[in-house]
Amino acid sequence: MSIPFYVAPEQLVRDKAEFARKGIARGRSIVAVDYDEGVLILAENPSTALHKISEVYDRIAFAGVGRYNEFETLRKAGIRQADLMGYLYSREDVTAMGLATAFSQTLGVIFIRDPKPYEVEILLAEISEDGREHRLFRVTYDGTLYDERRYVAIGGKAEQLVDALEELWTESMSQQEAFNVGMEAFGRAEGRESEGWEVAVLDGGNGRRSFRRLDPSQLSAE
Amino acid sequence: MIEKPIGPLPLDAPVPGSSFTDLLNWMGAAPLVTIPPGANPVSAPEGTTVLALRYQNGVVMAGDRRATEGHLVAHRRIRKVFPADQFSAIAIAGTAGLAMDMVKLFQVELEHYEKIEGIRLTLEGKASFLARLVRGQLPMAFQGLVVVPMFAGYDDKEARGRVYTFDVVGGRYEETDFGSTGSGSSLAKSFLRTAYVEDMAPDAAAALAVNALVAASSEDTGTGAPDLKRGILPNVVRIDGDGLEELTDDAVYPLAESAVENVR
Repeated sequence: MSIPFYVAPEQLVRDKAEFARKGIARGRSIVAVDYDEGVLILAENPSTALHKISEVYDRIAFAGVGRYNEFETLRKAGIRQADLMGYLYSREDVTAMGLATAFSQTLGVIFIRDPKPYEVEILLAEISEDGREHRLFRVTYDGTLYDERRYVAIGGKAEQLVDALEELWTESMSQQEAFNVGMEAFGRAEGRESEGWEVAVLDGGNGRRSFRRLDPSQLSAE
Repeated sequence: MIEKPIGPLPLDAPVPGSSFTDLLNWMGAAPLVTIPPGANPVSAPEGTTVLALRYQNGVVMAGDRRATEGHLVAHRRIRKVFPADQFSAIAIAGTAGLAMDMVKLFQVELEHYEKIEGIRLTLEGKASFLARLVRGQLPMAFQGLVVVPMFAGYDDKEARGRVYTFDVVGGRYEETDFGSTGSGSSLAKSFLRTAYVEDMAPDAAAALAVNALVAASSEDTGTGAPDLKRGILPNVVRIDGDGLEELTDDAVYPLAESAVENVR
């Protein structure tokens, strides 16, 4: 019987974190921006078939960066969780807060327990009933949960994007302005032309299911 | 073997994993569908007449508001026609409590599939799935708790409305022009057989649907006639290429008023 080598827990966590961060840094980033009627989520995504942004529930949307198969697994699990809660209790009992904690716990367990952590970062957006104070959550690869306001960015260029948004964001923008602000932030953070956009909104004016995908070419034209 | 989910999120799920009903079964949270053998069936409120008919470029679905229990009226404002998703509707007859559970499950199922797969099921696919739900109720049906839904929607591939009826064992039948189910269904169908014309305008179709319900109500005690004084009016939905629209009480009122005049 062979005795496994001893690795200090600090070392183990550091190695895993570095591994996950490297994986995430390779992917393209995503921002979510508050505007007067809802939240706009903008991702740089050259593919029109593989989505990074998705509807989760009536007022909740999901976006993920990193390894596609991993955030896709999380996305589906989130939808399952939301639909189960809404079916067993009531539609109002499904909240982004509840889902964000579930994502955070799941990612936390995977980070500690599995040999390879998930190389993903998750964003959850929820618009409020009265269309004002929206909720934005960010969950990192190790399950750390951040509660953000007004705008949030995930992915390799998250810091630069947040810096840009800090200057660009203003109160009660229109949907179009929010899109322009998002594009401008990407331009400043990446310093290059985008390879394609994926845009979606949670908009209070859309009825019960507030999630809509938008055509980026139409938004860019205006 | 399926592993138990880690953390609070159901990361693993039954394959293919886009069905909410399979997920419920897998979690052990599915509603009970059997009664112990030898148990006496309970009496429960039953929904009565619902119908659907095709028109020009879509389909209209309507239902009265009554639920009966034996000779008694159990509920007089029950709802039996529901939107299933943006392009289809489901109507129920039979044991109301079980049927409403089925509607709820069906609505969640369609939305769940759409979100997981990123695309809506075809109309045919939705009807097939509903047939499976009805089949699942079979043990209850043998105990006398029967659920018979109807399904109608807009098929965007064929650009027309379609109507499906079901039987107790989950048989699914597509109707060419109209269909009806529930205690007053034979009366409603007799009425529609003579009054139905092809390629009706949407308003004429809605009026015809209400007329047929009123005709059924005049001979079937299970079917509730519109109660104009108390504002108990049939539920009417209309589905075409633009989606589903539920007629407001204000829109249904004149239809019900003239139907009560017209039908002798």
